[in-house]
Amino acid sequence: MSELIVARHERVLLLTLNRPQARNALNNALLEQIASELENAARDADISACVIFGNDRFFAAGADLNEMAANDMPATLNDIRPRLWARIDAFNKPLIAAVNGYALGAGCELVLLCDTVVAGDNARFGLPEITLGIMPGAGGTQRLIRSVGKALASRMVLTGEAIDVHQAQQAGLVSDVYPAGLTLEYALKLAKTIARHSPLALQAAKQALRQSQEVGLHAGLQQERQLFTLLSATEDRQEGINAFLQKRQPEFKGR
Amino acid sequence: MDAFILSHVEQGVMTITLNRPERLNSFNDVMHQQLAECLKQAERDDTIRCLLITGAGRGFCAGQDLNDRNVDPNGPAPDLGMSVERFYNPLVRRLAKLPKPVIAAVNGVAAGAGATLALGCDMVIAARSANFVMAFSKLGLVPDCGGTWLLPRTAGRARAMGLALLGDKMSAEQAQQWGMIWQVVDDAELADTSLTLARHLATQPTYGLGLIKQALLASETHTLDQQLDMERDFQRMAGRSDDYREGVSAFLAKRPPQFSGK
Repeated sequence: MSELIVARHERVLLLTLNRPQARNALNNALLEQIASELENAARDADISACVIFGNDRFFAAGADLNEMAANDMPATLNDIRPRLWARIDAFNKPLIAAVNGYALGAGCELVLLCDTVVAGDNARFGLPEITLGIMPGAGGTQRLIRSVGKALASRMVLTGEAIDVHQAQQAGLVSDVYPAGLTLEYALKLAKTIARHSPLALQAAKQALRQSQEVGLHAGLQQERQLFTLLSATEDRQEGINAFLQKRQPEFKGR
Repeated sequence: MDAFILSHVEQGVMTITLNRPERLNSFNDVMHQQLAECLKQAERDDTIRCLLITGAGRGFCAGQDLNDRNVDPNGPAPDLGMSVERFYNPLVRRLAKLPKPVIAAVNGVAAGAGATLALGCDMVIAARSANFVMAFSKLGLVPDCGGTWLLPRTAGRARAMGLALLGDKMSAEQAQQWGMIWQVVDDAELADTSLTLARHLATQPTYGLGLIKQALLASETHTLDQQLDMERDFQRMAGRSDDYREGVSAFLAKRPPQFSGK
């Protein structure tokens, strides 16, 4: 069985991490597979959104420590991993993490990279890198503080202690909590709801949301308006508004 | 090592007997550890479909064994929070999370953490001569083992305050009249009645019972909206269980169902 199971649910791509013997640890090979699947999906007009799931006990419990331990300073300097992460981050369509069980270390960083997160009631999130004498190296210190604020992010990064799903939801790391047995189903349902919308509008909206992390409010508002203006030139915008006024379901074509 | 906890599994029922009769089954650290081992087994073993907790001898459980805490009135203040965090809180959490019914058969005095432990079980049957004592206030302490959460929810605020502030003895019959326990039976009938109930529950749709338990416990903190969502989700999961299928088939075929617990 492959370590990354790829499935299609209508316009939604489902990637299931499948290294149960390694608690879904994200080694380079697995990150590489995720990156290339997302790159294929980015080009595939029949895919509008992607869900990443683990299993009922683990989303992903970290990076592959053996792989990391073998890297000395020069090797770490030229590590391929940052480029793998950048390829995943470059995915231009909505990316949803469906988390049951542990999302630790790199697993938590993968969650943070996703656009939205739904989780089972047994989910736990943590960055235990500090307990190993290292620190988060794939966005953990940057994306976490932007989503949960300084106090909780610092506490998690500096103690290495995980938080449960309710704290994660309160803090804004997770949007929805469900019984673990239904997490994937509800995540796919959410993804399908998203995937019903105009593909170009989704891309533009995602881009605007992403840019909000990069620039000040004024520049962000300008960029938002440019993207908004861009959509006014699409057929899908016309279709969306017409369908609303005619009280029918829109049929988007992605142009 | 002394067996402060006796346990055996029969017909789907794990019977746990608190077994320090000469100390009214009060808790010490070793007893806590042994109880934790039993709970681990109850959590992992699918053939165990109901838990029955009772006491050996004339008492149910007298709570924390004060001798074991080595309280020296002249020494530095002890950290009682430590034994709460290390033993009592995990115990209460595990019993609440256990997705199978937990019955307390209260055979005699249940005092302090023994009382709050008993009252916190899913179904409580008490012997007529048994009683419950919130002994904490008389020592300057606070009801632990879930006591302050449980009492207002089972007895109502006014009675909870009276029980906890006064620390007086409450008879089993009083507890039943106030709706805090399920049933009172004559002393001689306690063992049979509680075991019959436990064996009955052990033949029922355990998965569904576990969901009912979780839903009822969650309702204590949920709004109506949250609870309605939870009912939808749990019903969705219950509807996919083998036991639901079996229950419907048996009903349509007019035969008794054979539930597997899954």
